Amino acid sequence: MRDQSLWTWHLAAGAVILVLLGLHMVIMHLAAIVPLASSVPNGGEPIDWANVVVRAKSVFFMVTYVLLLGAALFHGLYGLRNILFELNPGTGTKKALSGLILAVGVVLFVAGTLAAWVGFTVARGA
Amino acid sequence: MIENKGRPNRLGVVGWLGGGRWGFERYMYTLHRVTGLGLLLYFLLHIGVTASRAFGEQAWKTAMGAVRGPIFTVGEYLVFAAFAFHAVNGIRLGLIELGFAIGKPIEPVYPYRTSVDEQRPLAIVVMIVAAILAVVGGFGFLMK
Repeated sequence: MRDQSLWTWHLAAGAVILVLLGLHMVIMHLAAIVPLASSVPNGGEPIDWANVVVRAKSVFFMVTYVLLLGAALFHGLYGLRNILFELNPGTGTKKALSGLILAVGVVLFVAGTLAAWVGFTVARGA
Repeated sequence: MIENKGRPNRLGVVGWLGGGRWGFERYMYTLHRVTGLGLLLYFLLHIGVTASRAFGEQAWKTAMGAVRGPIFTVGEYLVFAAFAFHAVNGIRLGLIELGFAIGKPIEPVYPYRTSVDEQRPLAIVVMIVAAILAVVGGFGFLMK
């Protein structure tokens, strides 16, 4: 039952990633063929600091960064866990792997969220 | 916790990759995994690099300067192509999981028919759409 819920969350996270990562790819990498205002509001490249600051100020970008971070970490790390479990390790190894993967996910989520939040507050204050 | 009590993966790592005679969709499954693991690896590194913006303009410029150049551009394009395949194939897997595009259940009357024949057109459409996205994205990367 627990794995069934986790699998359903895996699929739901995939749907979120499909939309948000698709948008991210278009804004950050396909600005030349799909020009969106958010890509290069100050000209140059999407990764130029002036453009990064404009996006970092936006509540929409801050919220969707954190949402994408959480969805992608869960989707990717749960997928990795399933692949590793196919080798049919013992129960102790499965618990250790699950704990390690969960810890990595939580640490990266906290670090990424903190970076998004600090970037947001610094850009707003600038 | 998943317990595989019936038929454990005795092939081990080979069982992860090998499709044997299981057909085209089995190799799409392998490609889905390979692209998924590649995207995960890139994503974990990406979090570290992009978090540099929290430390200000200079830290951001230093981080971006470290990942600039033709090798990184090719690498980023491969990430984009992997995303294109993984996303479109993920939609196919979701549709199949929900019971779409697999045909209606029929009586098992000889000569038996396989639902693979019903699923194959969607698999071909997925490969075509992923290829189109990869080519269009390629132009986007070339024009950067």
